[in-house]
Amino acid sequence: MIPVYVAQLGMVLAVFVMLLLSAAVMVYSERKVAAFIQQRYGPYLVGPRGLLQPIADVIKLMFKEPLRPVAADKAIFFLAPILSATAAFAAFAVVPFGAESTFFGLLDEPIKLQVADVNVAVLVVFAITSISVYGIVLAGWSSNSKYSLLGALRSASQMISYELSYGMALAGALVLAGSLSLTDIVNAQQGAWFGFIPRWFVFVQPLGFVIFMIAGVAETNRAPFDFPEAEQELVAGYHTEYSSTAFMMFFLAEYINMVTAAAVAANLFLGGWHGPFLPEYLGWIWFLVKVAAILFFYIWMRWTLPRLRYDQLMQFGWKVLLPLAALNLIVTAAGVIYFGN
Amino acid sequence: MAVGASLLVVLGRNPMHSVLLLIVSFAALAAIYIGLEAPFAAVVQIIIYAGAIMVLFLFVVMLLNAHREDDAAPPAGVTSGPLRAGGVLAVLLVAELVWALRRAARGGDALLSAGPGADPAALQSVRALGNRLFTEYSLAFEVTSILIIVAMVGAVVLARRES
Repeated sequence: MIPVYVAQLGMVLAVFVMLLLSAAVMVYSERKVAAFIQQRYGPYLVGPRGLLQPIADVIKLMFKEPLRPVAADKAIFFLAPILSATAAFAAFAVVPFGAESTFFGLLDEPIKLQVADVNVAVLVVFAITSISVYGIVLAGWSSNSKYSLLGALRSASQMISYELSYGMALAGALVLAGSLSLTDIVNAQQGAWFGFIPRWFVFVQPLGFVIFMIAGVAETNRAPFDFPEAEQELVAGYHTEYSSTAFMMFFLAEYINMVTAAAVAANLFLGGWHGPFLPEYLGWIWFLVKVAAILFFYIWMRWTLPRLRYDQLMQFGWKVLLPLAALNLIVTAAGVIYFGN
Repeated sequence: MAVGASLLVVLGRNPMHSVLLLIVSFAALAAIYIGLEAPFAAVVQIIIYAGAIMVLFLFVVMLLNAHREDDAAPPAGVTSGPLRAGGVLAVLLVAELVWALRRAARGGDALLSAGPGADPAALQSVRALGNRLFTEYSLAFEVTSILIIVAMVGAVVLARRES
C-alpha cells in the first residue's frame, strides 16, 4: 500500500534521528557511567535522574558565542566540523540493523532495515572512516594555533596507523563470511552450534574481535588512545579554537563514530540482529542490546585505563597490532581454505 | 565536477585549497566509477587515493607551510615554457580520449565484453577481479608489491637520522 520509496525515505529519516538521539544518549550515559565508576552521582538535577542533561548541554552550546581566530583560514575552518559530522553520519548509512520486514504488512514488499544495501558495504564503512581523518586534520590546521596543529597531526597519524589493523581485522570476518555485504555477513552468523552456542564470528576468531575493538577505539580517538584530545597536554587538541555549534559538531561526530564502530563490530562479530527468544522481525532489539554492550565497554575503558603516551600508542599500533592482525588474517584464510566453509 | 575541481586545483592560489579540491575530484571520479557499475573500484579509490595518499599530500603541504602563490609573477603570456608544455600535453590527451571513445563506440574491446560485466552482483566482480589479479595479472601484482616495499624501505632509510 505504501510505495517502497516512501518507506526508504522514512528509513533515511529514521536512521538520522536515531543517530542524533543516540549521540544524546551517549552523552548522558557517559557522564552517568563515569560518575558511578568514580563513586559519585553524575548529573541528576536536570529532569528526572538527570535525563534531560544532554538537552541542556545542547542548548548551552548553541547559545555560546561562535569564535574564530583572526588568522584562521575561513573556508576550511568552517568546513572541518561539517566534514567530520557528515562523515560520521554517512558511515552508518550502510550498516543494517534488522532483518527485512514489511512492518506488519504496511509495505508492499519487505525492505531491509538499512539505508542502502550496497554490496561492498564493509569497504564503504572503511572508506568513510578514512575520510573522517580529514575533518580532524583540517580543523587543527585551519585553527592556526600550535595546540590544534599538534593535536590534529597526532590524531591523523594515529588514525591512519590503526586503520590498517582495523581493515585487516575486518578482512578476517569478511573471509569467514565470503561476502563484502554486511547483510550477508550477519546472515552467515545465524544458527547455533550444539543448539546453544550462537554461530557468531567472535567465537571463531576472538583475536580478530579484540583487534577490531582496539583499532576501533583508536580510530575514534577514545581513551586510552585519546592523546590528541589530551586535556592535560594539549589544551583540547584539534578543537581548541572551536566553540558553540562547531564544537558540538565535533563531539557529535565523535560519538557517532563510536556508535558506528560499535554497530559494525556487532554486525561483523556478534551476529548483528540474530539472537534467541525473539522472532526475526524483532531482531533490532538484539542489535541495540549488542551495540549498547559494546558502547558500555567503550565508556568503561575510558574511565578505567590510563592514557597511552603517543609514542607508546604508535609503537603498539605498528609493532604489535598490525602483525597480529596480519597473522589473524592469514590463519583465518588458511582455515577457510582448509575446512572449506 | 571532476573536470571543474581539477581545473581549480591548478588555478587556485592557496595550496591547501588545491589539495582539498583534488580530494573533491577524486570523489567525483569515484562517483563516475559507481555509475560505471564498478562499486569496488569506487570504494577502493576513496580508501587509497582520497583516504591515504591525499592525507600524505596534506601533511606535506601543511608541514612545509606552503604560502599562497603571488599574483605578482604571472606567466609571461601564452608562449611561456610550462604553459606550452602543458598545452601540448592537454591536446594530446584530448586526442587520445576522442580516439578511445570512438573505438569503444565502434565495437568495444574484447576484454570489456567478456568477463563479469553482465553480472550485477558486486561480489561476483570482486571475486572475478581477485581471480584475474592472481592468475592473469599476477606478475603485475608481484611487481607492484616489490615497488611498494622498495618505496617503504627507501622512506625509512631517508628518514633515519645519522646515528
